[in-house]
Amino acid sequence: MQWKGIGAAPGYAIGPAFLLLEEKIEVQKRTIPQAEIEREVKRFSDHTSLAIEELEALRESTRQKMGEKQAEIFSAHILLLQDPEFIGAIEAKIRTEAVNAEAALQEVADSFIALFDSMDDEYMRERAADIRDIRNRLLRKLTGAKTASLDDFNEPVILLAHDLTPSDTAQLDRSKVSAFATDIGGRTSHSAIMARSMDIPAVVGLKEITANVKPGDILILDGSEGLVYVNPSPDLVAAYKAKAERESAQKVLLQQLKDEPSVTADGARVELVANIGNPQDAVLAKEYGAEGVGLYRTEFLYMGRSALPTEDEQFQAYKAVAETFGGTQPVVIRTLDIGGDKELPYLNLPKEMNPFLGYRAIRLCLDRTEMFKTQLRAILRASAFGNIKMMYPMISSLHELRQANQLLAEVKEELAREGIAYNPTMEVGIMIEIPSAAMIADQLVKEVDFFSIGTNDLIQYTIAVDRMNEKISHLYQPFHPAVLRLIQHVIQAAHSAGKWVGMCGEMAGNLTAIPLLLGMGLDEFSMSASSILRARHLVKQLDKGRMKEIARHVMTLDSSEAIVAYLQEHVMDKL
Amino acid sequence: MEKVFTVKNPTGLHARPAAKLAQTANSYPCDIYLVKDGKQINAKSVMGLMALAAKQGEQLTVITSGEKEAEALEAVGAVIETIFE
Repeated sequence: MQWKGIGAAPGYAIGPAFLLLEEKIEVQKRTIPQAEIEREVKRFSDHTSLAIEELEALRESTRQKMGEKQAEIFSAHILLLQDPEFIGAIEAKIRTEAVNAEAALQEVADSFIALFDSMDDEYMRERAADIRDIRNRLLRKLTGAKTASLDDFNEPVILLAHDLTPSDTAQLDRSKVSAFATDIGGRTSHSAIMARSMDIPAVVGLKEITANVKPGDILILDGSEGLVYVNPSPDLVAAYKAKAERESAQKVLLQQLKDEPSVTADGARVELVANIGNPQDAVLAKEYGAEGVGLYRTEFLYMGRSALPTEDEQFQAYKAVAETFGGTQPVVIRTLDIGGDKELPYLNLPKEMNPFLGYRAIRLCLDRTEMFKTQLRAILRASAFGNIKMMYPMISSLHELRQANQLLAEVKEELAREGIAYNPTMEVGIMIEIPSAAMIADQLVKEVDFFSIGTNDLIQYTIAVDRMNEKISHLYQPFHPAVLRLIQHVIQAAHSAGKWVGMCGEMAGNLTAIPLLLGMGLDEFSMSASSILRARHLVKQLDKGRMKEIARHVMTLDSSEAIVAYLQEHVMDKL
Repeated sequence: MEKVFTVKNPTGLHARPAAKLAQTANSYPCDIYLVKDGKQINAKSVMGLMALAAKQGEQLTVITSGEKEAEALEAVGAVIETIFE
């Protein structure tokens, strides 16, 4: 049986299915004879202690494997298991109603879950999820129910889930999970972006696959085509094994390009850099031959925790990335881009009708200046340790740019007063992802050092199409003439002021778009680390002079289809 | 000892304020309870506090008993009257 979804990250995997689902544990309610009630209470508290010990061990191993931040969730679970109201209510129920521990636990936990779920507050709903989690852990302990664990498999599994949050994705153990597939999501959903940066094959948007696959079914996952085969024939398995081998052979070939400069056939130099989310990504990106970082998404520092990261935490992360790139290769840090589809429960942001047009990114930072200045301080401090550049997301007007730069000037002054080192000439740029900013690029350019075009948002704002809505995703066209005209305008505005332009959206790593963007004059291409060597392989074969002619002709074409067909015929087919 | 305090935080004693209150309560050795509309909960319990869902302007009676009860009463009361954001 074959399932067609959206290829989120390329590559192939073959292995047994592992379903990450919320399990249902059947609980039988029993009456406990009066004489045995205290024994039942003790059974409950003994198992609670065992669960706490288990969580402490889990916290420790998570801390070692993935760091302090990922381990925090287990601290929160331990606190719940020590909570006097929660534990007290369960013990009281066992005593007063003479019921078994499982039933008392289930009823008390469910009443808290229902209460928290009903609250109009993201933070409280997340606590409901925590209670569900510890309820299940305790029920499994009490009933002795066995649950499938990744450790039960000798070979890496293919993980199936309805959806994976960014922190779920970040926690995947690569030695145990060879690929993942989800029911929902699109090419640019966060789990898909993370899959590409972690280089783990993934297919998303498979609708109902989790309801139709049994644990242990053998799967082939083709992340390049967006296909999942369930219990495939031996012939198909053999064919995919051969494909996977060919692919790894090609990888070896590409690997030889790792330390080569990105120079076109006619000698033009471009920069191929990586999009990263944390210091570990930077190490991986370096291995993939990135010449620096074109987009460091700092929001991951702020996610999956219960309070803002401190200045020092941020400084350490930024400094680590700068040092990974030897202190000379560029690292472009984007200031906090939160809001929209990326929420931070502890900021208590109100729900919005139109989050993508709402209180997010620089808008939020210019309002919460203390939070923003902490980040600016951390970035400036790190700028003393490498070639750090910084850019603001979601700039829509000159006024916002000036406000942000004003805060930056204040922070610089503070640091100078305190005698703390920073790079006073650190380059400062902006993301061009709003059509208004693209249109006034010639005005904005006077007050920045560079532009970075964020195509994911630029395309969705220009064409007014929600990139996550599967019903209209066909309208999301990177090669729409309107999008190309905006990009052209931005590049020309920057170059006529002697500034450089990068691109950090998905489009920058698209093999059909790269020749066109090269011809349009783009200086820096920032993409998923795993796309860099393939892009370098392509760039080395291209003639920039010829691509300029191609770009000129493309700008005269009137549809995305015509443009893609033209590029296919005149560029891709001639390689 | 007991004393009445009024919740000042605009979003009530939800989430982080509740966590902060429980944290404060846990730093004292004495027993600390909160009473709202006849419902009494242990102030050392985040879940109890969150479930209490005290809103801005509501009155809470703090009851402390044991070692450092006077200090605890004032410390917990101060958190109830804090405006968090």
